[in-house]
Order: sequence, then C-alpha cells, then structure tokens
Amino acid sequence: MNKLRGRVWKYGPDINTDVIIPGRYCHITEPKELAKYCMADLDPEFVNKMSPGDIIVAGGNFGCGSSREVAPLSIKATGTAAVVAPSFARIFYRNAINIGFPIFESTEAYDRINEGDEVEIDPDAGEIRDLTTGETFKSGAFPEFVQEIMAKGGLSRYAEERLAAGV
Amino acid sequence: MGTLIEEIFSRKLDRRVHAGEIVVAPVDYAMSHDNTTPLAIESFEKLNRPLWDPDRVIVVFDHMVPAPTPQAAELHQRIRAFIAANGITKVFTEGICHQVMVEKGLVRPGDIVVGADSHSCTYGALGAFGTGMGSTDVAVVFATGKTWFRVPETIRVNISGSLRPGVFAKDTVLRLAAVLGVDGATYQSLEFGGPAVEAMGLSDRMTLSNMAVEMGAKAGLIEPSQGILAYVEDRSGGPASTVRATPDARYVRTVDLDISSLEPQVACPSEVSNVVDVGSVEGEHIDQVFIGTCTNGRFEDLQQAASILSGRRVSPRTRLVVTPASSEVYLAALKSGAIAALVQAGAQITTPGCGPCIGRHQGVLGAGERGLTTQNRNFRGRMGHPDSQLFLASPATAAATAVEGVITDPRRFLS
Repeated sequence: MNKLRGRVWKYGPDINTDVIIPGRYCHITEPKELAKYCMADLDPEFVNKMSPGDIIVAGGNFGCGSSREVAPLSIKATGTAAVVAPSFARIFYRNAINIGFPIFESTEAYDRINEGDEVEIDPDAGEIRDLTTGETFKSGAFPEFVQEIMAKGGLSRYAEERLAAGV
Repeated sequence: MGTLIEEIFSRKLDRRVHAGEIVVAPVDYAMSHDNTTPLAIESFEKLNRPLWDPDRVIVVFDHMVPAPTPQAAELHQRIRAFIAANGITKVFTEGICHQVMVEKGLVRPGDIVVGADSHSCTYGALGAFGTGMGSTDVAVVFATGKTWFRVPETIRVNISGSLRPGVFAKDTVLRLAAVLGVDGATYQSLEFGGPAVEAMGLSDRMTLSNMAVEMGAKAGLIEPSQGILAYVEDRSGGPASTVRATPDARYVRTVDLDISSLEPQVACPSEVSNVVDVGSVEGEHIDQVFIGTCTNGRFEDLQQAASILSGRRVSPRTRLVVTPASSEVYLAALKSGAIAALVQAGAQITTPGCGPCIGRHQGVLGAGERGLTTQNRNFRGRMGHPDSQLFLASPATAAATAVEGVITDPRRFLS
C-alpha cells in the first residue's frame, strides 16, 4: 500500500456513528452526497476545513454505535486518507476494512499527535510518523486474514475473487 | 471446554474452537432492514451471484415505516424489487426486526444469525450467536452463506439477588454499562448468568442482550432456560436443544453484580455509561417521553407503563409517544387493555417499528428539547436535533416521568 500523508484533525474518545452521519441522512447511499454530511453532529465545519488526504486522529472506541456502513463511507467519501485511534468499535472496524478504508490502531499516536500536525503513515510497516514533531509510532498489526482483505481494497473484491476461484 | 460462544462455534465447525481464532463459519440466517438493505443490494449485485438461499435471507421494513418521505418510499421500492427478483420469502413489515425475528422462530439456540443492524446481539437472549454487521458484510453472506469471525474472548457477568419492586432488567443493564463503560467489552462477548438471569423470562433477557453492543460487545449470550427452549420450539415448529458453557470455560474477566439493593437507574446525556440513581436526577424537566424500541417495547413493557398510567393523565408539561415493538405486541396490548389505558392517559401510539429512536420520524426532538426514552442509546442528536438531549430508563420510570413531566422515581406509583 502507498504511504499516506496529510494534516491531522483531532477528536476525542467514543466518537459514535450517529454524530459521524446522523440518522436523518442515513437514507443516502451516493458517496458524494454522503460526504457533505460527514461529522455533521460532531463538527459541522469538518467538511469545509479539511482537504483530501487529511487524517483523522481520535480517541478510543471510534465508530461505536450503529452498524451503518455509511459512517466509514462518508469519511472515505470526503477524501480523508485514514483514521488513527487507540481502538475501534468492532462493527466500524469491519465496515472500514470491508470498504477498503484504512484504519490504524495506536494509543501513543492519539496521546502524542496534535491537531494540525503533518503526519505520514506507512501502512505496510505499520508506522505513523508525526513530521511536525519528528516522533514515530507503531500501529498494531492486523490479523493476516484482515490484511488480505485490505490488500484487495475491500471485502467485495476479496469475495469476488474467492467466489470466482470456487473457494 | 468453552464459553458459550466457543461452544457455539465448536458445534458449528465440528471441531474445538478457541477465543482469538479467526474462522469462516456458516450462517443460519442473515437479516437486513430498510435502512441497511439498499447498500447491501449494491454490494451484492457487484458479486454477480445468485442468492445463497432465498429462505435464509430476511428483510424487515422497520426503520422508515410507513414511509415518512418520498425518498424513503423510493428506497422501499428498490428493496421490494430486489426481494421480488431474488425470490426472498421472509419479508416482514410488522415491527422491529429483532422482535419479529424472535417472534417468527428465526432465532434458535446455537444458531449463528447476522444482521445489518447493531442490535442483532439481541439474539443472544435465546442462546444464539447474533451479531451486527455492515451492509457489505451481510451482502457477502447473501451470496455465500458464510462469513469470517474472530472468535471473541468472553466477559462473564454473574447477576445475583432479586430486584426490588419498581426496578427492572433495564436498570440492571444500565448499571452494568456504568461498571463496564461504553468500550469495556470491545471485540469481546458478554455472557450473562447467575440466579437472577436464570429466573428471567424472554423479554428481560432480550433487554440485557440488546444492550451488549452499548458496552462494545460483539454478542450478549445467555444459556437458554427450559422456558426459552419451549418458546423456540413453539415458534420455530422444530426441536430446540440447549447450548451451555462448560464449567472449565476461561473468561477474560468476571463481573459479579448483586442487584438486591439496585435503585431505578437513569443514563444521562450523552453516553450510555453516564448512569445515576433516579433520585439524583428527579425533578429534571422532560419534553417528551418515549416508550418502545427493541430494548423495551414489548408486551411486558407496555403493561408496566399502563399499570402506572392507568387512571392518570400525561402531564401537560410533557408528551408521551408509545411504539409497540411489533404487531403481535400491539395486538396483545390491545387485548389486555394496556393500549386503551395509555391512550386514555394521553399517549400517542405509533406504528410498530423503530419510530423516533433513530430520529427519523414519529416524534423527534427539536433544538434544546430533552427526552426520556426506554431505548438503548442516548447519543447526541439521536432523536432529532443535535442540540437535543436524551435520558435512558425503564418503561416504569418513563411512565412515572410522563405523569409528572419531570424525571420521577416509579416507586412513587407502586400500589
């Protein structure tokens, strides 16, 4: 996977799916339309101030709550490159992997990285480098099976290939 | 040699399975609803495969029924076209998916049931591994009948003692959320047991299991009692066998909860674990009380509310919305007189379904308003405007609050 590089937007712990994409927008499936409402009830300015390639660094249990896949989908649709957090709620974790959106687990990165820092992530090495402060953090390794899905860019492609191969 | 969840996986895969393993397992049923099916259809169609089994895919219309907007009606059209094109037979528009799944006998002990809804963990109340997933995950199950899981570690929750009058399963699970925190069981399974749980009926068990995800858990399992097995056999029309954790099962943590002196609990805005005894928030003004949802919209819940509201009136300072969890619940509550008592008290009864719980329709909150609800989540903006606030409580506390217009201890109304 290519390295990711962008500016950091920082949020606290337990960011739930309802504030990422509120229920009143959940009927939307078109990514461009979804992108307009990303973080609507947490930080309505997020979509205006961020640039594609930027990175969200947030506290633990990111994406708790609903199973709505539109939550990671809306973040991905804004052009956000990745989310870094100490932990992810499990349905969000699966959804992000399934739609091919990069997420990284690191408590240290959350503790040390500041909003506005320039960060570079090397997904293969599992390294998160804060270019502003010069600090480097290690992200937890994903299980091999999960890495295979991520390498294919998501579960659909992975399943398509496995089905085609008759597995 | 295993926890309930390890036993379920071991039986399904016909080999010993341990926490931490990643497995690909067959699924008994896959469910999605009108909010999550549209994206599942998109992902499913990309796979270019027939449905794995039209009789094992369930679609429930519950999040936006009857359609509140033209967009919702058009989504429903798209879903109905998918149902017709794929010959799906189990289609329901008679209540909240989790309630309907249980009533229709589609949840059996030892089964693996996945749903494109986070509260699919409710099925743990019947000893099934039920878990929530996103649309793409469920779409792959639609095509293959299988999915991958990391077999979770388990936190054992032993509940002992007897609840005092006016205190319920909902108060118990809110207290547990305060103990574990909203991420206390992330990537793990909860297993409820102990004498207090063994004595619980289906409705109370469903309330416990339903809220497992609010502590981050993948599942909230309970060993089925004889009563649960009899219910499943009656509803599914087939034999049901129990599933048990073995005495040597290994848990990552054990939590002992004695509920003998538990007070009615209230989760304050805007985190489920922000729980206090009702006494410390009594008198707080509430603009709308909501009784319903997959957590607490069952017959027993409506009876409880009616017993307090019968012969009384909803305070002019507030309003009361009641949504039966399913048509079956609705009919039972009509027959028992609970619905009449609630209507006479001034409640607005709405169509069985998810209603205002997700802030879509049938009673949402405006800016600055405060709701008290029997649902499972009090996230910011959950029931409408981002500047509204939610308190969570039992149906009894909700009914008492409706009478007074301010948060009220239901024990004031015990006869």
